[in-house]
Amino acid sequence: MSLLADLFTVAAVTLGLVFFVAGTVGIIRFPDSLSRLHALTKADNLGLGFIVLGLLPQCAGVFDALKLVFIWLLVQFAGATGAQLVARVLRREERP
Amino acid sequence: MTETAFFDALLVVTMIGLAIWMIVVRDVFAAIVGFMAFGLLLSLGWLRIEAPDVGLTEIAVGGGATGVMLLRARGLARAGDAMNSVPSVPFRILVGVLAGAVALFLGALVVFPPAVAPTLAPLAAEHLASTGVGNPITAVLMAYRAFDTFLETVVVLLALIGVWSLTPDGAWGARPRVASADVPAPLLLLAQWLVPLGIVIGIYITWVGADEPGGKFQGATILAAMWMLVMMAGLRPAPALSSRRLRIALVVGPAIFIAIGVSGFHFAGAFLAYPDGLAKPLILAIEAGLLISIAAMLGMLLAGPPLEGDRP
Repeated sequence: MSLLADLFTVAAVTLGLVFFVAGTVGIIRFPDSLSRLHALTKADNLGLGFIVLGLLPQCAGVFDALKLVFIWLLVQFAGATGAQLVARVLRREERP
Repeated sequence: MTETAFFDALLVVTMIGLAIWMIVVRDVFAAIVGFMAFGLLLSLGWLRIEAPDVGLTEIAVGGGATGVMLLRARGLARAGDAMNSVPSVPFRILVGVLAGAVALFLGALVVFPPAVAPTLAPLAAEHLASTGVGNPITAVLMAYRAFDTFLETVVVLLALIGVWSLTPDGAWGARPRVASADVPAPLLLLAQWLVPLGIVIGIYITWVGADEPGGKFQGATILAAMWMLVMMAGLRPAPALSSRRLRIALVVGPAIFIAIGVSGFHFAGAFLAYPDGLAKPLILAIEAGLLISIAAMLGMLLAGPPLEGDRP
């Protein structure tokens, strides 16, 4: 059972890291700001999501697991708002 | 072991690289963003040497609040201001020499440590029970070295007085303007939903500081951030500098601290000494007062001074 949980953790965290790497490459390589923003929010959203998902079986109790999920939700909320605000500035700069 | 050594090496190299980039980069905005990222890496470093309390403070006050304060100062600075100009060469050399001396001294301490490191840790741990708190860091801050903590909070108050002294004559006593003319809808949503959660988290971090990593400085920073969100979203304006309630909030923490400290002469025989058995409740009272005051100080520091044209 614990081996299965460990395997799940390794797989999910690895998948999360893939999204972070892809997001980082996107931020560096994408030509325009809106695309870069897209890459950044995907890393935040799916990358952190899979890492949190992978860490859930390692939690000591339900309360700790809920805290992790809560952290992910907070990052979602802050990330989405930040992306909206940046995009707003970009659009304003586009049409002076 | 080797994996953590690899991670540590990577962390240190990244930090040094980022620090150099921060100094070299021309754009002030980029340097501030670099500074905030540096705070994040530094707090990871504190975690690696098992100092989560310092890590939390670094991430909240060092990287977070200070970074936002710098951004705000940059936003308020006008074209001709010193903040937007490159400092003179002698000044830069002086800063470099001073910072380099500190770095060399610290490096020498790490490379050539004294044979027996001077430490009060066993003594501090031995008397931990008598302070009533379980987190040794909090015990040091609030019991053994309470005077230092007191001075730290007063320093923040002095910084606020410094910012307020930048107010133009005609605007003295006015409300600092924080919200923009049209508040973006997502920001409004964030302020409405996040602030209640953030207040709970801020108080929780302070409360849990008695026994686990956390404390009033970290909690107050979160409260100040929530207050800033409320002001930025225009849900509530910043209080006027002349507001009596604001002034009371600013001094209530230091006032409780001084009152309990002075009464220590009478009840326990020394300034800031706590009578037997009362340490925990007294520490809680001081922490609660300081939480309010530090949150108010940081919030008003972020709000900045009223500007030309603001009327009280």
